[in-house]
Amino acid sequence: MPRVTYIEHGGKRHAIEVPVGDSVMRGAVYNGVPGIDADCGGECACATCHVYVDQAWLARTGAPGDMERSMLACGADTRPNSRLACQIRVTEALDGLVVSLPDGQH
Amino acid sequence: MHMLADHPERARAWAMPLADIDVSKGYLFEQDVVGFYFERLRLEDPVHRAVSKRYGPYWSVTRYKDIMAVDTNHAVFSSEARIGGISLAERPRAEMFPSFIAMDPPRHDEQRRAVTPMVAPANLAMLEPTIRARACRILDGLPVGAQFDWVERVSVELTTQMLATLFDFPFEDRRLLTWWSDMATGDPDGNGPVTSWEMRLAELGKCLAYFTRLWNERVNAPPANDLISMLAHAPSTRHMSPDEFLGNLILLIVGGNDTTRNSISGGLLALNRHPDQYEKLRANPALVSSLVPEIIRWQTPLAHMRRTALADVELGGKQIRKGDKVVMWYLSGNRDPEAIEEPDRFIIDRARPRAHIAFGFGIHRCVGNRLAELQLTVLWEEILKRFPRIEVAGEPTRTRSNFVHGFTAMPVVIPARIG
Repeated sequence: MPRVTYIEHGGKRHAIEVPVGDSVMRGAVYNGVPGIDADCGGECACATCHVYVDQAWLARTGAPGDMERSMLACGADTRPNSRLACQIRVTEALDGLVVSLPDGQH
Repeated sequence: MHMLADHPERARAWAMPLADIDVSKGYLFEQDVVGFYFERLRLEDPVHRAVSKRYGPYWSVTRYKDIMAVDTNHAVFSSEARIGGISLAERPRAEMFPSFIAMDPPRHDEQRRAVTPMVAPANLAMLEPTIRARACRILDGLPVGAQFDWVERVSVELTTQMLATLFDFPFEDRRLLTWWSDMATGDPDGNGPVTSWEMRLAELGKCLAYFTRLWNERVNAPPANDLISMLAHAPSTRHMSPDEFLGNLILLIVGGNDTTRNSISGGLLALNRHPDQYEKLRANPALVSSLVPEIIRWQTPLAHMRRTALADVELGGKQIRKGDKVVMWYLSGNRDPEAIEEPDRFIIDRARPRAHIAFGFGIHRCVGNRLAELQLTVLWEEILKRFPRIEVAGEPTRTRSNFVHGFTAMPVVIPARIG
């Protein structure tokens, strides 16, 4: 199973095996990684699963879609590597993915 | 909301011809019986066309997933003030003040970004000690053993103090904020202290004049950490017209005031009506973290948001036409059993308590949602340290409004302090 590493804002790392087809958001929520709220349940509608994708993985996670870009435009502390974790689908090619969490979801 | 199966209004809601159901009437909210109509609409006509005497024809969207579909499709369902804005109530153009909640992208995004730093996580952490100190002072000043009005002494006072802090507004004048909030959302039809449209407009003019003075002070001073300074210095907002300044002020005043105010009142009422949950909370104060989002779901302090269709579109099997008014009843979505388990029960330890639609979803989702949660969290943490029980001592009085879902008065008694 692909492994995704979540780095909390304070630096704590969680390496989690996430089934292919699940979102990076679900991988965190189902495994109790703190710092991802996902209020809307994965509808790309709340921006409370905001993550920063490690630079080395940006090409493989792809670019955000239109709605995701709209939601990120409203977020606090968004950067060029910001994504909504509910919109990143886990594949074998993402085995080893590293994402960092912001200081809070909002 | 009343959900008693044998309530006489429930029989009326189910006996009425479907076409006659118009959930926009203020008395349905004032008497707390609108839930019966929502229950029927969700089951029999979830995207429902009604013709209101006051508002003309409009669509009521009552299921959670349909509301989500409208809220996340801002390209078709517009919030733009010039074509109708975000609530059923419309006023002539000269009395509709533009603000970013009533704009579409890209202007919405630009103006919203100007105030986002105020409610970003790092700033909330800085605000927390102030919120706590003020909550403590208010609670410590409450009478024990004598009846008082919870709305006035706690809900209004705490949120108004908070708002004064956010604006860096002269503290001794803070009740003006409450007054202007009531002016902005009120109407002469019995909702609040507005007695005529002329009065409303005149009072909002005073609001603009007061804040213009603050703006002028701050625009010439270095940027500071308050909302007026942020608006005065952000490139997207510093050249706003007076109308747009007033519009954004009203948005921030109402958004930061009525909503939390009514959640503070509604939460206390819900705990009183569900004594098993109050008991559970007292036994385990750590449940405040899931209590707070459940209070917000339960109260849903803004009953609806309205959009205007920019194109013909199908929704829930109904054909919406370009120009139609579409009303998302958040209050109904938050009672939809297809989205929320046992929605008519107030349960303070739900597994996913934040999966409610009270803040809306999509690009207009409440910018202050985490600040609202913080205020309620701090308040309940401090209440539990002080008072074994706060008892609602009589029927509360509710707002006669299909928009601001709240209370004007709620008599309570605190029987004793802890210890």
